[in-house]
Amino acid sequence: MSSTPPDMGSPEKTPTDWRGDAMQRRIRRRYRSERRFKLIGLAAVMMSAGFLVFLLATMLSNGIGGFSRTEIKLPIDFPKAGLTLDASRLAGPGADMALAGAGIQGATDGAAIAAFGKDGDQLISDGAWLTVRSAVKADPALLRGRATIAVPASDAIDIAAKGEGSNEDKAQVAKLKAAGVLTTGFNLSFLQGADSTDPTMVGIWGALKGSIFTMIVTLVLAFPVGVFAALYLEEYAPRNRWTDLIEVSINNLAAVPSIIFGLLGLAVFLNTFHLPRSAAIVGGLTLALMTMPVIVIAGRNAIKGVPPSIRDAALGIGASPVQVVFHHVLPLALPGILTGTIIGMARALGETAPLLMIGMRAFIASPPERLSDPATVLPVQIFLWSDQVNRGFVEKTSAAIIVLLVFLLAMNGVAIYLRNKFETRW
Amino acid sequence: MTQHLKMTAHNVNVFYGKKQAINDVSIDIDQDLVTAFIGPSGCGKSTFLRTLNRMNDTVASAKVTGDIRLDGEDIYAAEMDVVQLRARVGMVFQKPNPFPKSIFENVAYGPRIHGLASSKGQLSGIVEQSLKRAGLWEEVKDRLQDSGTALSGGQQQRLCIARAIAVDPEVILMDEPCSALDPIATAKIEELIHELKGRYAIVIVTHNMQQAARVSQRTAFFHLGTLIEYGATSDIFTNPREERTRDYITGRYG
Repeated sequence: MSSTPPDMGSPEKTPTDWRGDAMQRRIRRRYRSERRFKLIGLAAVMMSAGFLVFLLATMLSNGIGGFSRTEIKLPIDFPKAGLTLDASRLAGPGADMALAGAGIQGATDGAAIAAFGKDGDQLISDGAWLTVRSAVKADPALLRGRATIAVPASDAIDIAAKGEGSNEDKAQVAKLKAAGVLTTGFNLSFLQGADSTDPTMVGIWGALKGSIFTMIVTLVLAFPVGVFAALYLEEYAPRNRWTDLIEVSINNLAAVPSIIFGLLGLAVFLNTFHLPRSAAIVGGLTLALMTMPVIVIAGRNAIKGVPPSIRDAALGIGASPVQVVFHHVLPLALPGILTGTIIGMARALGETAPLLMIGMRAFIASPPERLSDPATVLPVQIFLWSDQVNRGFVEKTSAAIIVLLVFLLAMNGVAIYLRNKFETRW
Repeated sequence: MTQHLKMTAHNVNVFYGKKQAINDVSIDIDQDLVTAFIGPSGCGKSTFLRTLNRMNDTVASAKVTGDIRLDGEDIYAAEMDVVQLRARVGMVFQKPNPFPKSIFENVAYGPRIHGLASSKGQLSGIVEQSLKRAGLWEEVKDRLQDSGTALSGGQQQRLCIARAIAVDPEVILMDEPCSALDPIATAKIEELIHELKGRYAIVIVTHNMQQAARVSQRTAFFHLGTLIEYGATSDIFTNPREERTRDYITGRYG
């Protein structure tokens, strides 16, 4: 220490003691802070994973019942049921007409009363006769004798059979079980039907089909428009005040609350262009407006990420600007664009508010056949069912949520597959 | 000395916005020789090189005045097709920039977009010939379907040269082609330049004066956007007329 040159004006500098206590403390403090940081990060991940598991578990345990239904084996003596039905007409195209006027509903209720006593018709679902009708349509030979057809049980019996509901209903269930007429079947009609006032008869297919139609319209409009807008802004547009303005507008558009887009859709597509109310095409148009800015922003970032040297290389051997974009820039930017599209589409799929504004909250009892047919979508259907007082809708709501999540996962799965397919390793 | 002028540039000025990057440069590029542009960083040699195939067009603020001709044709004339010009005047860049595609696709891309091959066989012929001329064929002939980006830096640069050759250019511009390469790869590229000389007019921008001395027959010295001296490489390096050239070559600045 005394060897320090005396001519230094600063206070005497002691050699750094790398093994001293202060240094050791500093090292320990550093390790502690690293450990703390790691723990906080891990806790954050665990917490989100925990929420996700909780959500999925709750939905599954609540909703799995929605995919099964309680059925009652109903014996029907067709010749004695008093059907006004001409069996010969069941073969031709007039079958539906013939069945409609046949009085099957009365016959079904009658059979239930005959089989299970005075209140027998209360045990079966209001829509049980529909099952009978399809059975007869499928096999007209049934009409010639006695047949046993498994029909859906009433809402109260269904709930009681699944372990809830009133004691009276549970007693009924016990009685039916003892008689051996109660079975549990896979609720195919839930996957095939549409909305209904009777929870035993509701189906999700109507809303699922509506969602599929709406998503197709959204994708077909938002993806190309978004990608071309991004390409133009990045590759062609001169940088000036106008393009700055457009950029700011697009960024703001992406942040606009979704219900505002609903009002826009209402004002533009319904009131100005007079497109059909609550149709998938209007829903798709409205959601496309909402999704497009997300795709533009993600697309621009992805295009910016393509190294300029690739553009130079292509231009340098005489590729035209369009060839540069479509042979080189777009394929390299596609994974990033697809990521943005996944985010935008997932958001559009889960959107309820703007669709309420354009009338997609109507009660739609049959799946849409065309884009212009009245339709509803999964999240709106979930919203509507969650609002129902009837106890039977609870598990249907959860079941619909499961369908929505499966649809979402399928959509994301396709997008991730495509993204990996196009991903280039540098 | 008989010489065939491939490109001529007269009184060329380049502006980036208000800033003048090139000031009244006139140069003739000889068909059979290698021309080197040397000078300190930011002297405008790369900028000038990029005016020769109009790559500066991609910079919105760049403006070029003056007269640049390829075989007597004004390349800045309205009727000149810039896409075809860039095929005729090929370019190799500072950093090897192969497309993230297979080796074959890298070379085949140019002939394909310009319709130079009428059949698959002809296309593979062009690819093979270009890779041979670029001295890469022996190293890659068994793995043409591998990604071009998987090659080493020197191989990538030769792939880029093969890619430029494949469209059958008349002039090849090289913008510091060896600055990202190790000495062995550099030696291979220089050797390649020797072999390509005569078939194509070659212009090379380099920071490395030994390289200019080794590969070129004509050398142009740029400083602050002006052409200080242009002449035979041997004269420039042994007997420069200008003091600034001598200072630069002897390492006073740069």
